[in-house]
Amino acid sequence: MENKKTVLVIGAGPAGISAAKSLANDNISVTVLEKEDTFGGNINNWAKLFPNFKDAGEVKSSLIQNFVNNQNIKIVYNKKVTELKKHNQKWIANTSDGEVFESDAAILSTGFKVFDAQYKEELGYGIYPNVITSVEFEKMYKNGKILTVQGSVPKKIAFLNCVGSRDEKVGNHYCSRICCIAAVKQAIEFKELYPQSEAFIFYMDIRMAGQFYEELYRKSQEKHGVVYIRGRISETSSTIDKKVQIKAEDTLAATPLRMTVDMLVLMIGVEASKSTTILSKQNNIDGPYGFAKSKDIHTADNYSNENGLFLAGSCKRPLTLTETIADGKSAAISVVEYLKQTK
Amino acid sequence: MKNWGFKIPDSRTLDLDKEDLKLYNKIVEKVPSARRCIMCGMCSATCSAANHTNFNFRLVHHKFRMGMFESLASELDKCMLCGKCRMLCPRGVNTRAVIYNMRIILDNMYYKNI
Amino acid sequence: MNYNPFIIPFTTGAIILFAIIIYKFIAWYRKLDKKQRFYLRKNILTFKSIEAIKESFLEALIHRNIYKKNLLLGYMHMSLAFGWFLLIIFGKIEASLHAQTLFEEPWLAIFFRYFVRDEHKFFMSEIFPPLMDFLLLVILSGVLLAWLKRFSSSLLGMKKTTRHSKFDKIALASLWWIFPLRLLSESSTAALTGNGSFLTGTVGNLMAVLNLQYFEIYFWWAYSICLFAFFVSLPFSRYMHIPTEVVFIFLKKWGATAGEEYSGYTDFQLNACSRCGICIDVCQMNFAANIQNVQSVYFIRDTRYKHLKDETANNCLMCGRCVEACPVGLELTVIRQQLRNKKEIAGKHYYDYTKPQEADKKYDIVYFAGCMTHLTPSIIISMKKIFEEAGINYWFMDENKGTCCGRPMRQQGFIQQSKDLISINQKLINSSGAKTLVTSCPICYKSFKEEYVLDIEIKHHSEFINELIENNKIKIQNSQKSIVYHDPCELGRGSGIYEEPRNILAKVGNLKSSEFEKQNSLCCGGSLSNAIIELEDQIKIRNHALENLTACNPDILATACPLCKKTFVHGNKAKVMDIAEIIAENISLQNQSSKHKEKNKIKTKIEL
Ligand code: SF4
Ligand code: SF4
Ligand code: SF4
Ligand code: SF4
Ligand code: SF4
Repeated sequence: MENKKTVLVIGAGPAGISAAKSLANDNISVTVLEKEDTFGGNINNWAKLFPNFKDAGEVKSSLIQNFVNNQNIKIVYNKKVTELKKHNQKWIANTSDGEVFESDAAILSTGFKVFDAQYKEELGYGIYPNVITSVEFEKMYKNGKILTVQGSVPKKIAFLNCVGSRDEKVGNHYCSRICCIAAVKQAIEFKELYPQSEAFIFYMDIRMAGQFYEELYRKSQEKHGVVYIRGRISETSSTIDKKVQIKAEDTLAATPLRMTVDMLVLMIGVEASKSTTILSKQNNIDGPYGFAKSKDIHTADNYSNENGLFLAGSCKRPLTLTETIADGKSAAISVVEYLKQTK
Repeated sequence: MKNWGFKIPDSRTLDLDKEDLKLYNKIVEKVPSARRCIMCGMCSATCSAANHTNFNFRLVHHKFRMGMFESLASELDKCMLCGKCRMLCPRGVNTRAVIYNMRIILDNMYYKNI
Repeated sequence: MNYNPFIIPFTTGAIILFAIIIYKFIAWYRKLDKKQRFYLRKNILTFKSIEAIKESFLEALIHRNIYKKNLLLGYMHMSLAFGWFLLIIFGKIEASLHAQTLFEEPWLAIFFRYFVRDEHKFFMSEIFPPLMDFLLLVILSGVLLAWLKRFSSSLLGMKKTTRHSKFDKIALASLWWIFPLRLLSESSTAALTGNGSFLTGTVGNLMAVLNLQYFEIYFWWAYSICLFAFFVSLPFSRYMHIPTEVVFIFLKKWGATAGEEYSGYTDFQLNACSRCGICIDVCQMNFAANIQNVQSVYFIRDTRYKHLKDETANNCLMCGRCVEACPVGLELTVIRQQLRNKKEIAGKHYYDYTKPQEADKKYDIVYFAGCMTHLTPSIIISMKKIFEEAGINYWFMDENKGTCCGRPMRQQGFIQQSKDLISINQKLINSSGAKTLVTSCPICYKSFKEEYVLDIEIKHHSEFINELIENNKIKIQNSQKSIVYHDPCELGRGSGIYEEPRNILAKVGNLKSSEFEKQNSLCCGGSLSNAIIELEDQIKIRNHALENLTACNPDILATACPLCKKTFVHGNKAKVMDIAEIIAENISLQNQSSKHKEKNKIKTKIEL
């Protein structure tokens, strides 16, 4: 082949990695632009993955096989794409440090960011030290311990679902899809670490629509005695010894509920990352909530309305890791289709 | 009290074959967001009146929706209209408007004619 | 006697007009409440009446306040009102001088040129024709502007102009034609007799070219009929504001205020509205959320014509922007609250379920955070820190089980419920023996100030903190951050507190100004007074306000109200902080106790 086609992949998270690998397999020359100094994206935040508690690091290392040392893949770190534009059938990416990349097609795999829980001031995040987010829980768990700010093992821990999701007040009407199962997973992890402690999950609806999710939910009830309370926490406050006081309603009993826990974990939702919003706006493919919009959710989910610009992973909507990896591959197939047509 | 064409169910069962849920439409006409409620309980958890007494706006709303009107009017009188519920409601329900429209229908209050 | 049948329409019209106006005024006067009558009696023979005359002159004739909005619009109103007024006065003088009595036929002044056709001289007779012509010219220029305003309201600085009722249309049409017809009548007479001056004389000569002067009598008839139509429709149209505004100004000067209940004073106010439409342009419901037909002018109109719908009465933020802008100075939000009044169940006691916990000992200061403040715990924590730092012996009255201040109830028209809440809180406050009540919520603040009977000083936390700083009770350092301050409606326009917050902020940061501030500040959209507006529209209002407030990209958007804070935070545009938080963050811990140090340590720990 004399004229090798080139593709730009923006974002080296799971979607970007799996797309780049598939393209490279098809002997296409891929340049991956990553804004951080390492690959993996949000996968780096997790310790173990639902539904099978597989180590996130392991998943990552099998994911990057044939990625880092692939002769068809060039990975460039610390490159934040500030502008992505089509020009004469070519895709041009400008980065914040002034460099310019050019290619025949581009894949947006800019992923998601987590909701900033400080917007929900009444929940006390950033005010009371023992109110933490699910991401911080993962970090602690990675280090093998879940401890309160005073350094003790929480006797009681509560998880609150839907923080920043399904919330019209912060403008996010949608369900983030991953936090219910993540709460179940984290509650089990916590109980496995500290069987003597108690775990409570405050939920509105338990959404277990994935393979083995329901089983995990069942296990958390049966084996670990996690208590599920149907009601959204309205406010928290702090006791003198830094415990978190919770105000909620047990909606099944139609009774106000007060409880004091040592730690409250906010299951923060998924939002479009800044790059996703900016780059999709530039190309008029922005959908609701700042996510990128695919051409057709059923039949052309990796295509965008802009010819030659493809979408992979959670830049479109909240997805699980499983779905994201598959979606990267699927995006690669779409790109190959497109490149064949535009010989 | 004006007769709105509903009667208080006397049995223990909520019999939806017999109950007419149309009165709720009067609320929805005035407060379209009322239908969005997912009964999450955030409003009733934060409620200023519920700090003092067993008033539960979510439950009153739900009962009204399902045609169980018994003693709702005097329940609604406990609300202070402080607005905390509305500030928190994740579904953007205009709770205070729901409250006082229910109150108007149940108590047949009306605006003063001048 | 100077008589011609064409004076009959005018004279009848004038009699009907005066009869109706007097009838209405008496009816409204009898509906005034005790307090309003008391002030009236007390002040009628004082200097205040002279002030009222001056004010009526400036407002009802010169239209000073409309000038402030737009010069051309002011001129239009003034030329019509003041011009016509002078025309009547000088017409009367001319007629009286001519007839050499003060009691000539009442219509003589109006139809003077028709009846006095000769060159007959009397004292100063030569100055009147040019003077009257000049006044007519001024009025005609105003009429021309009024015509233009109908076609393009933006010309006169107005974005929206009001729609008309049936009577308005009759009155307006006749008003448009009165002066052109007067010109034609006088000119045709001038063409026949030569008694015209520079305007009527010239127009008369032009008419003579077409031989129109022979229709003289018909022009006078038309003029008289137009006057009749105007007079008879006036009491039922917007033009009722002309006589009513004058009475309103007197009542206001004498000290009347709108109370809780609808009264005769409300009637005066409803009728004093000129339907100028200025309140539409300043209303965020209109320009940010595009909700029409609820603004004050519509509300007043609907109330006056008795077809007020509760949607109109309730769909208002009570932000007070229109009150600030209204050139007549009507108490628009108070009237709205009166109209929201709900029937009460006599003797019923609400909220007897509360078991208020009175103060356990005596304190210097009571702190009442307010319901909403409990959803912004940072404000509470900051206030605690400030109190402790200043070494104040305070009682946090609603720390656990607060009772609402009662203002939200009142604003929705549930007066009885509001009174019940007030009496609960009053008892608690008095039990503390404190001399000062500090609150973090402007809504509570206004309520405490205006609706409670308390023998205690009431301060919003911005006033309180300002005093602490001035008295050196706390020390603060300047963070050099740029700050824009948003005036909460109830604190700014509602209570007139503009300087204290700015004073404080200028000491902790670099205070920048924004397009909408002080009297002109915007509502955040979260107002509790509007129980109808849906979230979608609140968001439009909020986003518009945020856009304007953060135009200069400040580090912090400061406010002094938990409701504003929460509303703006959800807008996700800038870092929003309450004044108390900013101060607590920049307090230099002088008399720092070990307790404080420990707190700070833990705080840095979280941030890591
Ligand atoms: S997945 Fe569960 S916790 Fe997450 S937003 Fe959806 S319902 Fe809420
Ligand atoms: S907070 Fe809103 S959605 Fe939740 S129960 Fe109350 S009204 Fe319904
Ligand atoms: S407005 Fe009424 S129902 Fe809502 S929180 Fe206040 S007291 Fe409770
Ligand atoms: S209320 Fe005031 S501003 Fe509004 S139309 Fe009437 S006079 Fe004008
Ligand atoms: S008070 Fe505010 S919202 Fe109400 S009519 Fe006046 S400007 Fe509009």
